[in-house]
Amino acid sequence: MRIKFVFNGREIEVETHPGRRLIDLLRADLGLTGTKEGCGEGECGACTVLVDGKPRLSCLTAAIQAEGREVLTIEGLRENGGLHPIQRAFVETAGVQCGFCTPGFIMATYALLKENPDPTPEEVRAWLSGNLCRCTGYQQIVEAVLLAAKYLRGDALRVTRNEKTP
Amino acid sequence: MAEEILTAETRLVGKEAARLDAVAKVRGQARYADDLSFPGMLFVKAIRADRPHARIITLDLSWAERHPRVVCVVTPEDIPGENVVPVIYRDMPLLAVGVVRYVGEPLALIGAETPEAAEEAAALAQVTYEDLPAVLDPLEAIREGAPQVAVPEAAEAGNIFTHMVIRKGDAERGFAEADVIVEGEYRTGYQEHAYLEPQGVIAVPEEGGMAIYGTLQCPFYVQNAVAAVLGLPLSKVRVVPTATGGGFGGKEDVPSQLAAMAAVVAAKSGRPAKLVYDRAEDIISTSKRHPGVIRYRTGTKRDGTLVAVEIEFYYNAGAYQTLSSAVLWRALVHAPGPYRIPHVKVDAYSVATNTVPCGAFRGFGSPQVIFAHESQMDELAGRLGMDPLELRRKNALREGDETATGQVLTESVGLPQAIERAAELCGWKGLRREVDEFNRQKKFRRRGVGISTVMYGVGMGAKAPLLDKAGAYLKLEADGSVTVAVGNTEMGQGATTVLAQIAAETLGVKLSDVQLAPVDTSRVPDSGPTVASRTTTVAGAAVLDAARKLRARVEAAARGFFGVDEVEISDSQVWPSGEPGKAVPLSEVAHWMWVHNWDLGATGWAEGAPVDWDPDTGLGKAYFVYAYACHIAEVEVDLLTGEVHVRRFWAVHDSGRIVNPALARGQVAGGIAQGIGYALMEELKSEGGRIVAPSFTAYHIPTSMDVPAEFVIEFVEAPYSGGPYGAKGLGEVPLMAAHAAVANAVSQATGGRLREYPALPERVLELVEGA
Repeated sequence: MRIKFVFNGREIEVETHPGRRLIDLLRADLGLTGTKEGCGEGECGACTVLVDGKPRLSCLTAAIQAEGREVLTIEGLRENGGLHPIQRAFVETAGVQCGFCTPGFIMATYALLKENPDPTPEEVRAWLSGNLCRCTGYQQIVEAVLLAAKYLRGDALRVTRNEKTP
Repeated sequence: MAEEILTAETRLVGKEAARLDAVAKVRGQARYADDLSFPGMLFVKAIRADRPHARIITLDLSWAERHPRVVCVVTPEDIPGENVVPVIYRDMPLLAVGVVRYVGEPLALIGAETPEAAEEAAALAQVTYEDLPAVLDPLEAIREGAPQVAVPEAAEAGNIFTHMVIRKGDAERGFAEADVIVEGEYRTGYQEHAYLEPQGVIAVPEEGGMAIYGTLQCPFYVQNAVAAVLGLPLSKVRVVPTATGGGFGGKEDVPSQLAAMAAVVAAKSGRPAKLVYDRAEDIISTSKRHPGVIRYRTGTKRDGTLVAVEIEFYYNAGAYQTLSSAVLWRALVHAPGPYRIPHVKVDAYSVATNTVPCGAFRGFGSPQVIFAHESQMDELAGRLGMDPLELRRKNALREGDETATGQVLTESVGLPQAIERAAELCGWKGLRREVDEFNRQKKFRRRGVGISTVMYGVGMGAKAPLLDKAGAYLKLEADGSVTVAVGNTEMGQGATTVLAQIAAETLGVKLSDVQLAPVDTSRVPDSGPTVASRTTTVAGAAVLDAARKLRARVEAAARGFFGVDEVEISDSQVWPSGEPGKAVPLSEVAHWMWVHNWDLGATGWAEGAPVDWDPDTGLGKAYFVYAYACHIAEVEVDLLTGEVHVRRFWAVHDSGRIVNPALARGQVAGGIAQGIGYALMEELKSEGGRIVAPSFTAYHIPTSMDVPAEFVIEFVEAPYSGGPYGAKGLGEVPLMAAHAAVANAVSQATGGRLREYPALPERVLELVEGA
């Protein structure tokens, strides 16, 4: 069956079938591999994408559920052709190590900051608790989210970071 | 390494440079194993044993072969070379023949046009078995009359793969001199690496041989394994690591097995073959941290001076040797802890059972014995009525001391400073009072503070010094940019960034002008395995060596270019000494060199400083240098539910000079989280040799809610003269120290003594009730 949806800002029409997962549509059929599969059962959050602005686990979502909606993946996230402020913050705080969980964390962060532009560290931790990371211990990821929030609020044109952890 | 490099002013080393690979990763552009495809690519699925120990009577693949989308089926007879996964020994077959020794052992392989077809066809395989008695517990496996699991040629006796000892001084005499003796048995279970990216490789036939792409730590191990199963010379196999989504040791030897499986399918079919595990297959079939049964007896004088330790431990190695003998050796050397102890007796055993082979995992056999030695220290402190920090301060190794293997530590021992700094950062005495006060006020909540001190032998050590070497190749491009080639992999730890910093620092170029070449075993020097926290130290030293040679050449050329006797280079600018106004961009000099036919490439080489070891006594210079750490954890225990939360954490490390503090802090924080998981949460259940519920639903790793909100991470830097700019290893140490601090904090909070990991709520409640 054919479905139509807005994919990373562009309307597309693709052939799929009811048994197909959204993650397979994205990775195998559309060839965009930025969305990652870490567990295939909704436990790790690496496959997080946004559907109509809400975070969705693409490994548990049927491809046909995209019909008529807006799907945003890591490949669609950019600003003026460069890095989105959230991506920039992850680079600057060293919130990336192996990088496999990173697209999922960034998409989850995007949804958080749309809903809550000025979260507390506790709110960040709670929101991201569905995304697993085995490398960072989450400290620099939380720093990245808080820095991204500042960037997006526009009150951090120049942010100087402490040399040491707080 | 020259003395001046330890004190030199640096532009880039010691600075928080952003990771070279970060931009590609935040954009989703980094390519991991499963992200790659090749035309005509097949998908591989292994048919696996579902018995822990059995004779294979029949293996019928006729239905699987008839699946319309199956292209080829591979059985042991189809392996063109040797049916083996070579690691340290050669006891593990690629595909089982005659007998299966663990649930999940591969029997045959399917190559199909889609992943679904491969899966369906694998399910059509018919295997009949004759069950053999299985043994799953290492203590039962060493009893007389136990079923023989180990391939006899790979074992020392029966199911004992390896037995190693340390005999220093006279333990009996030591205990006779001791005023206080404590004794305990400790048990630890499996720990799963839980790298976020599951294992995956692609084998691609190419002219004359085979190319392997995959998520892996040790490209040269994989090259060796694929050459063995295909019967090809090493020169006909090349290995190209993809972006690697975490390793932690789990991608040290296991990718050799995957690559060999994919390679035999690719060889038989003549088509590219991809083998990517889902999470369940990954958990069932790949290596884990060895479960251990560990017995300690430790004696001190009345004033807390350690006099003797006697240790005996058994690690469950699983059905084949893989890396267990190396893991056991590191455990042996690390078992007495970072303390001065005159009398030491250690007996270490790795034992074969009908379970999945265990292997490398961050700490490499040491976390299990660290749990025990740090528990013993706290138990001793309790008996002596001494502050546990004071007891460690008193016994901690200092420069000039002798380790438990009789090695005199001549330099770079930052442990005493680490202990003092950790105590200062947390306000140790005040913190303990605060906790006591809290515990007096609360009825159903208890807090505890735990401390741990550890040492870590950097590099492969005296059991495998042949692997502690590294080559590097640097090339100055005609535009002044620089390409660096080494054979070490980037798995998230930051190696490429750190090596680029070392190259840029030494050459005098901007970091942004340096690029690491993609690793490909046919094009990069052998710089050894990416393990043992060795890359910064050993590969870094090779990069430094190459960079010095290249710099000397650039300086010689620049002297000619300017017609002067001396030049300076910094930040990609070159000028005659004393005349910075005449500076030109390095690109101009590089271009001039290119035009005048200068050799723009340089190779570097490094070896670990000599080590030695006497297998009869266990004595010798076990490692060329050690890293150290002191961790302090504060936990809160809910006495009604048994739940433990780590509230605050302080970690101080001596890993010599820190090349990139932001990356180093990240590694420490990640290791602490993994240590918290090991001590408190991570339990892999198995029944009858089958791992039950192999998923993240049942196996819980820490989330952002399970780690403390307050982490304090610092470095005391005791520079190592053999490391680039004084650097030693770091990667494994944070995990090694973290779990033991948490465990001691739990014991202190509950008033009991935790002797088994993980401290799940039911176990914590037992401690509370028993206290």
